[in-house]
Amino acid sequence: MKYKVPIGPIHPALKEPIMITCEVQGEEITGVDVTASQNHRGVEWIGMHRNNPVQSIYLSERICGICNLCHPACLVLAVEEIAGIEVPERAQYIRVIEAELERIHSHLLWAGVAAHELGFDTLLHYTWQVREKVMDILELVNGNRVTKAIMMYGGVRRDITDDLKPKMMEMLTYYRGLFSRMAQLFLEDKTIKMRTRNIGILTKEDAYQLQAVGPTVRASGVPKDVRQDVAYFAYPDFEIKAVTPDQLTGTVVGDTYDRIVVRLLEVKQSLDIIEQALDEMPPGDIASEEKIPKLLAQIKKAEGEAIGRHEAPRGEDIHYVKLKKGLDTLYTWKVRAPTYSNIMAWRPMLMHHQIADIPIVAASIDPCMSCTNRVITAGSSGEAILGAEELHRLSVEKTRRMTP
Amino acid sequence: MFHVNSGSCNGCDIEIVAALTPRYDVERFGIKLVGSPRHADVIAFTGPVTSDLADKVKRVYEQIPDPKVVLVVGSCGISGGVFHESYHLAGPLNKLIPEATCVYVPGCPPRPEAIIDGVVKAWKHLEEVSQ
Ligand code: SF4
Repeated sequence: MKYKVPIGPIHPALKEPIMITCEVQGEEITGVDVTASQNHRGVEWIGMHRNNPVQSIYLSERICGICNLCHPACLVLAVEEIAGIEVPERAQYIRVIEAELERIHSHLLWAGVAAHELGFDTLLHYTWQVREKVMDILELVNGNRVTKAIMMYGGVRRDITDDLKPKMMEMLTYYRGLFSRMAQLFLEDKTIKMRTRNIGILTKEDAYQLQAVGPTVRASGVPKDVRQDVAYFAYPDFEIKAVTPDQLTGTVVGDTYDRIVVRLLEVKQSLDIIEQALDEMPPGDIASEEKIPKLLAQIKKAEGEAIGRHEAPRGEDIHYVKLKKGLDTLYTWKVRAPTYSNIMAWRPMLMHHQIADIPIVAASIDPCMSCTNRVITAGSSGEAILGAEELHRLSVEKTRRMTP
Repeated sequence: MFHVNSGSCNGCDIEIVAALTPRYDVERFGIKLVGSPRHADVIAFTGPVTSDLADKVKRVYEQIPDPKVVLVVGSCGISGGVFHESYHLAGPLNKLIPEATCVYVPGCPPRPEAIIDGVVKAWKHLEEVSQ
């Protein structure tokens, strides 16, 4: 007999409310359906009706609290292109550093959550403890732990001064020293390997067809990375190569394990980028125009449309912006966050696996964390209902079963 | 403590998790996140409460045994924050559940220390009520 297991439906974090309905026969998943419903906070509407473009930068930070640099980055890129605002070289470097710091914190956060989904809570606590180091640096540079408020049209709002550099270098050494330990914990642990190897496979063809982005697609062997493919910020100065799992393991399977490998390697890559950026950062201004009213006047005069693209920790983020002359707000603002492209990959990944695999596979594309953990029941009569608790329990039990 | 994400941006949520993990480690004070509202004394809401979530928020609130305290973490649960005036908000929380006793933790997002302080305030209130 077939049962339907509804998981979801709310995914407010990225304005992508999601409900996965899994059809199960016994323990096996035989069908996966993803429904996007209409839960959102009206961020775009506020940007087009209430806020002026500068206020919208702060609003866009709050689209997602975890990757709160990528949305402002896209918005700023798009508006700068339309209004022809120049950005000083130093600001471009600072933007790169901030983006990479964000990637480190986001990937570590993900690693912790993934460990938790497997029932490996010691590792969750360890990873989050390690993550506090980059949070300290973020606080040192931005004055706040989570939201950065660093982006501004034509530059950034705060400089990375020389006295901050030693602390940042110390962080780099700290993480480099930890790399082999992390790799050992996540990649060589027997339990993690059993629960992730050959689980949730996304083939290269599927990845292409579903247009997945970010670590999800790179783990399937597609070398796609906005930082490599598009020239923006100071990224052309760095030799960035898309990270694929074969760089470490020699093969590409496209499973959950490979997605761990990719994220781990990307943290390493980010460390190298930050080091190079700190070394090569040219002196100069950090913003081309400091007076905000002047900036707003310039944007008000501009007309046209543009797309801002940035490689967020979860993949390519796109903002489409249209400006009209004389309008105080953005005329059109459309956000396409990376998870939106990646959720479709859940279907091929989950097919023919067990219910207990849902948490880790769903988490493996790194949808905004709250959505993965907050699996809410939404069933109508006659359907089997599994809550987050229950799913988590099943997942933990499977780990126990597999470890003698 | 039970945590409900009522349409937040995740900023507050990751700070709540940060408060649970070793650096801040609230468990040493006896504060524990539980998996069901029926086991909780304090319920923490993050987010401005979108229209879709309004009835779910109310339902979860009703499931918590008395006496209970609501902990509103983050500015957007308090006033709507950056999302105020949006067409898709049913919140802020005190509009939705006027009878609730609330402890507010302002900030966007608040620091883990502030969240711990909020929980302790809620706890003190519970002790006073039960005496
Ligand atoms: S208060 Fe700020 S950080 Fe917290 S959920 Fe609301 S918008 Fe996000």
